[in-house]
Amino acid sequence: MTARPNSLRAGPDENGHFGIYGGRFVAETLMPLILDLERAWQEARADPAFRAELEGWFRDYVGRPSPLYFAERLTEHLGGARIYFKRDELNHTGAHKINNCIGQILLARRMGKTRIIAETGAGQHGVATATVAARFGMECVVYMGERDIERQQPNVFRMRLLGAEVRPVSSGSRTLKDAMNEALRDWVTNVENTFYLIGSVAGPHPYPAMVRDFQSVIGEETRRQILEKEGRLPDVLVAAVGGGSNAMGLFHPFLDDEGVRIIAVEAAGLGIETGKHAAAMTAGRPGVLHGSRSYLMQDDDGQIVEPHSISAGLDYPGVGPEHAWLRDMGRIEVTAVTDREALDAFALCSRLEGILPALEPAHALAEVIRLAPGLSRDEIVVMNLCGRGDKDIYTVAEAMGVRL
Amino acid sequence: MSGRIEARFAALRAQGRAGLVTFLVAGDPDMATFETLLAGLPEAGADIIEIGMPFSDPMADGPSIQAGNLRALEAGAKLRHILPLVRRFRERDPDTPIVLMGYYNPIWNYGPLRFLDDARAAGVDGLIIVDLPPEEDAELCLPARERGLAFIRLATPTTDDARLPRVLANGSGFLYYVSITGITGGAAPVATQVGEAVARIRRHTDLPIAVGFGIREPAQAAEIARHADAAVVGSALVDLVARHLDSEGRATPELVPAVLARVRALAEAIAGVNRS
Repeated sequence: MTARPNSLRAGPDENGHFGIYGGRFVAETLMPLILDLERAWQEARADPAFRAELEGWFRDYVGRPSPLYFAERLTEHLGGARIYFKRDELNHTGAHKINNCIGQILLARRMGKTRIIAETGAGQHGVATATVAARFGMECVVYMGERDIERQQPNVFRMRLLGAEVRPVSSGSRTLKDAMNEALRDWVTNVENTFYLIGSVAGPHPYPAMVRDFQSVIGEETRRQILEKEGRLPDVLVAAVGGGSNAMGLFHPFLDDEGVRIIAVEAAGLGIETGKHAAAMTAGRPGVLHGSRSYLMQDDDGQIVEPHSISAGLDYPGVGPEHAWLRDMGRIEVTAVTDREALDAFALCSRLEGILPALEPAHALAEVIRLAPGLSRDEIVVMNLCGRGDKDIYTVAEAMGVRL
Repeated sequence: MSGRIEARFAALRAQGRAGLVTFLVAGDPDMATFETLLAGLPEAGADIIEIGMPFSDPMADGPSIQAGNLRALEAGAKLRHILPLVRRFRERDPDTPIVLMGYYNPIWNYGPLRFLDDARAAGVDGLIIVDLPPEEDAELCLPARERGLAFIRLATPTTDDARLPRVLANGSGFLYYVSITGITGGAAPVATQVGEAVARIRRHTDLPIAVGFGIREPAQAAEIARHADAAVVGSALVDLVARHLDSEGRATPELVPAVLARVRALAEAIAGVNRS
């Protein structure tokens, strides 16, 4: 293991590398665009006016800060650590995705772009993108795998209501990775006017760092709120990881706080041993896909393996490069939760707390359920409840054998 | 350097004509049929042969080549099967340059340095790796050049004069000008724009310039041959493979003759353009 840098929050380097991860593995057509974007982002993040504008949108449109909620009944039920939910499911559009979308569309406007494209898995990022595109008066095309369209009908309709065009993707596994391939193909074809609004801490530099910066509002608020409520930092942070944007948003402001344990929860699908999962850091190897190097699910020939998760938002064969870097140095712990465990957590949360969590944070919750009883009653766990479960009721009903 | 790419472009110059670069995906639709195609390409008129290394997620490719990649992978084509194929080709044909084209992950997975050594030993002359821009030259480009393998750069309509020197800096063999902003098999390039772009690039480099993306018909190839040192045809050939499969996806007896006939027509059209 290499020596740790003084701060774990300083990355990436000027070439977008987090250790061996990250980078800019893209076709030459896109390089000038990515360099332009990096310049625009660097200028914007140094501009107090941009920061103030972003904060205004967070407050008045997204509804930030989101509450930090003490989950009292769940805490009593599990009989261990005090459990808090960071309520990012209360944001406008029902998930954390809007934080990043507001940031990027402000940047797109600054750059004079008029057309927005995005990929989406669960549809939350697609809905958030369609939302900001409507609000800023821009054309919007969202790529979505056919399989995800089937299981996320409400979000597809929502995007259409917001004026976006949802383009079904029929290649490959017809899920998120294929939607991202198709979005990249669109971008390479429409370079003049188009801004690619990537929804996770993935893709070529500067996206992983830029999306992290926009999502870090989650962790910054959490830090202030827990100090207010408990007078100290939490002992454990838990978040679900697909690409990893909600997790990085919560984790990043705490990376240098050595006393804070950080747990990333991947989707174990039908079980790691079955091969039907989406747990890139648990069972994958480093590789290069969608513009960066990170952990990937791949076969012995370096072909990408089709992932599986009941949660469309976690159904991705890779993970953001910064997560990979933090995993290798041991700063974050990685665990995995099956479809079944996530469904059980979904049910428990609904009954005890009156909150239907999205299936993505239901994975994080399943880890909290495993973890909390073994911790003492004065320890504090914060979980990112990054999305609401309304979009998932059809999937949950099907898993329960109920016809709606 | 193997010198085969340089020798081929020198020969083309001496003949006063542009070259034809063909692209097919290794193992499409199956290894045996592909090997037959490969063996027939030089005689049909391919001056340089590009072999696609199949990848599950070919982000820069359109539907035709995506489908070719998937057919090859379903037929079991793996990176480690492609190099022996090149070795067998090389035993019969010591002159026709072979360029492997693909995406980085299978190579990274194979081990970049081991791949370069094995590729050179098999008789590969150059590499085109779509997702390795100059910013990532340390990965494969610089070690390839140290081992005498050409690393062929892609320049595109978005590569302006400020960026061109960066793109050309470590490139070798020839320069591949992507004639459109888009994916393979997309819109047809406009010959006059290609001519202007090639002239602009020539001010920055002495490397031969091949032009590809969107070139399907012999007449289009001839138009491109007026401006460029070579024309690259890929999707149109891969489409012919797709069109000559039976209902279960197996090669029909017409497949190989159909593809080679198109190569011959393209080569004749290009040869009909006098550039001297």
